[in-house]
Amino acid sequence: MTEYIPHTPEDIKKMLSAIGLQSLEALFSDIPEEVRRRYRPLGLPRGDEAGVRRHLEGLAERSTGRGLIPFLGGGIYDHFVPAVVDYVVSLPEFYTAYTPYQPEVSQGTLTWMFEYQTMICELTGMEVANSSMYDGATALAEAVLMAHRTVGGRRVLVPRSLNPQVREVLATYAWGAGLELLDVPYSEEGKLALEGIPDELCALVVQQPNFFGVIEDLSGLKERIGKAFLIVYVNPIALAVLEPPGSFGADVVVGEGQVLGNPMGFGGPLLGIFATRGEYLRRMPGRLAGRTVDAEGRPGYVMAFQTREQHIRRERATSNICTNSALCALAATVYLAALGPEGLRQVALASMERAHELADRISSLPGYELAFSGPFFNEFAVRCAHPEEAVARLREAGIAVLSPKLVAKAGLEGAFLVAVTEKRTQEELSRFVEALKGGR
Amino acid sequence: MGTIYELGAPGRRGTSLPPLGRPEEEILSFIPEGLRRKAPPWLPEVSQPELVRHYTRLSRMNYGVDTGFYPLGSCTMKYNPKLHEELARLPGFSGLHPLLPEEDVQGALGVLWELSQYLKGIAGMPGITLQPAAGAHGELTGMLLFKRYFEDRGELEKRRKILLPDSAHGTNPASATMAGFKVVSIPSDDRGMVDLSALKAALGEDVAGIMLTVPNTLGIFEEDILEITQLVHEAGGLCYFDGANLNAYLGRARPGDMGADVFHFNLHKTFSTPHGGGGPGAGPLAVSEPLVPYLPVPQIVRKGDRYALDWDRPKSIGRVHPYLGNFLVIVKALAYILLLGDEGLREVSAGAVLAANYLKERLKKTYKLPYDRLCKHEFVLSGAGLGEGIRTLDIAKRLIDYGFHPPTIYFPLIVKEALMIEPTETEPKEVLDAFCQAMEKIAREAKESPELLREAPHNAPVRRLDEARAVRQPILREPRT
Repeated sequence: MTEYIPHTPEDIKKMLSAIGLQSLEALFSDIPEEVRRRYRPLGLPRGDEAGVRRHLEGLAERSTGRGLIPFLGGGIYDHFVPAVVDYVVSLPEFYTAYTPYQPEVSQGTLTWMFEYQTMICELTGMEVANSSMYDGATALAEAVLMAHRTVGGRRVLVPRSLNPQVREVLATYAWGAGLELLDVPYSEEGKLALEGIPDELCALVVQQPNFFGVIEDLSGLKERIGKAFLIVYVNPIALAVLEPPGSFGADVVVGEGQVLGNPMGFGGPLLGIFATRGEYLRRMPGRLAGRTVDAEGRPGYVMAFQTREQHIRRERATSNICTNSALCALAATVYLAALGPEGLRQVALASMERAHELADRISSLPGYELAFSGPFFNEFAVRCAHPEEAVARLREAGIAVLSPKLVAKAGLEGAFLVAVTEKRTQEELSRFVEALKGGR
Repeated sequence: MGTIYELGAPGRRGTSLPPLGRPEEEILSFIPEGLRRKAPPWLPEVSQPELVRHYTRLSRMNYGVDTGFYPLGSCTMKYNPKLHEELARLPGFSGLHPLLPEEDVQGALGVLWELSQYLKGIAGMPGITLQPAAGAHGELTGMLLFKRYFEDRGELEKRRKILLPDSAHGTNPASATMAGFKVVSIPSDDRGMVDLSALKAALGEDVAGIMLTVPNTLGIFEEDILEITQLVHEAGGLCYFDGANLNAYLGRARPGDMGADVFHFNLHKTFSTPHGGGGPGAGPLAVSEPLVPYLPVPQIVRKGDRYALDWDRPKSIGRVHPYLGNFLVIVKALAYILLLGDEGLREVSAGAVLAANYLKERLKKTYKLPYDRLCKHEFVLSGAGLGEGIRTLDIAKRLIDYGFHPPTIYFPLIVKEALMIEPTETEPKEVLDAFCQAMEKIAREAKESPELLREAPHNAPVRRLDEARAVRQPILREPRT
């Protein structure tokens, strides 16, 4: 028996006897004999704790990327995570619980969900936020589906400067729902270049800052698209210094919340942020915590508006989502609480400062220039004659950037993308510049 | 219950950060004036000790698997091994960026490839994707595979219907709808299984397929499973299997051998990864041969001792995850399978089904058991008829007083006042006995002092909460003061 299963032969005997069966095999007599006969084992011997640890440690060691300095972003960023975050998400009553279906024994989860919703509303400038989606990409896809359900229309304007991975997920969902994605080009500055507004439009998507790191001007967009949804896909760290999309009339704000206290984790699990206007409360996907009172009139929290959800509404639900990204949202809650408004602003400012310093130093090197002239946050595209060679030299110096091949997915050829967080040191910035100087 | 917003004071902070190299205004000048944030977001300002005490206090108002028995039906709340938490935090996993080149992430691709091989073996199916982030995400992906398959065969226009037993999880109809299908409900017969004659009547050229949960949500194995899948296939349809209940036959039977075309795993159920207060999970998807070409891109392939990503799959539905799936969850599931081995996998299903039948036999003496037959990893009682005006909700809340997490209630919908109980394999017999005693005591209380139930819980951080009020007078965030 493995260490996770407590039944002794004596226990098994007693339990079988209470059931009135002779053997464990008899418990499976209802599975057609033919099906049981076809079973083929994996050929996997029983392991032990030390051996399993050794095997997984071996795999963890094998990824040479673990030693590289990540000047690599493209949607996932290497921000500093205070120790209190992992302390809290490791508290067993948090991480070994499930969805708070029974609120009286889930006040811990429901209270932090309520705190998280408050923080996301504050960051985005929206009126209501759910307690998480799987990731930014599916949050965006769900926002587009919600726009379609709300305003009708089968067309969605999607910038070429949207993160390509996110766009690929959106394209899969859009095909499933019979929606059409139309490209919006970017200008020489790297900004959204919205031209005509097509008919049958249900949403305009804008990424803030966009895939190239460029800060978009959101003013006037909502006015141009009328009743169609303005959906803004954000980096929540940037919202410490950028005017929130809510101020520009956004209907839904979504984004990738990994940056808020979650590890890069090879891209998962992630945290989908989803916030909208109060009038769309009943149309939004995902779980919501709400404040109420108990039988003695004391405040407490429950899951609210569950009638939107699949376990009640079934095929008429606002989404199929059930399991979400709760623990990642708890990490975000603790991260934002630990930083406070000043700390979050400092993370944003330090990232932006270092990014601009590095960008200045790179663009002063002969043969290198920034691909766009627009204002940027903590990420920028560098153009040069032989970007693959430049990336290889950086790699030799122990530095990772986003490859020209991945940048080209957003239509920009001959460039690599550089992201800088507050974790990058002066020494690392210098190493970057020296590596580029190393050759032409 | 105070939130963190009620703590702290202006100027306090919970962590420290490196200083800026130049004045703030200079850095802010990189942002055009109209786009700079005017008012800061309202966030807590607390010191680190305050923060830690607040969340420690909140955690103590929660009930987790590490607290005690959590027989939440359909959710497989088994023990979460502690080894896994350490492994997922190895820097070579947690600190790895997903967009590094393939040659720099060989170990991570190895993790994905190894788990893929084991899951294909467990399912008895030739294709897999690890991208779906949860079970429902797997369902949607599966429905999109159905859609692409029929689109490719030129049959999508006519095959618009998905058949669903009336005992199905709510995610099933919601997922089918998101992929553009119409849902048709198939009734259960008096055995609690799919009514074959109703199925036959519903099948036709307009049917894309069926979504089945095996065993079903009553915990009953569909004895006619081979006939069901054969009928669907003969009608040109496909069979989706919801794998939420895999714990019932792990290591003993394979969905591929039962006629499944798509099968989703819930790594957070069957494979012991923690539920996290609602997530994250992972919902890998195994598929039959005809559906392999449509799987999401990229696929992970092995060439000699190297792993690579295969994007050249022209019939693929595309991506459903921005990267390669919930990797850190996948690490934990791999560790679990490696520790169990074939023998351990069989012990899991044996232990889970043994515990469920043991509880069922004991509890059916006190509670109504609408479908009285061999069950698999879970079973469904009815709380009806216990006492004047007593509802299942009252029983659930009273269980809290006895130190147990309540079962799933009011699901499946085909049982009145349902109590869906899933003990899992990780509970000692003593705990199962104590749970039975509490349930028996509650049944007595329902007759002798029903107010004890109606007013329960008495022994919880809060008394019964007014859920209707949270909708009538919605407060969904801390009001700004």
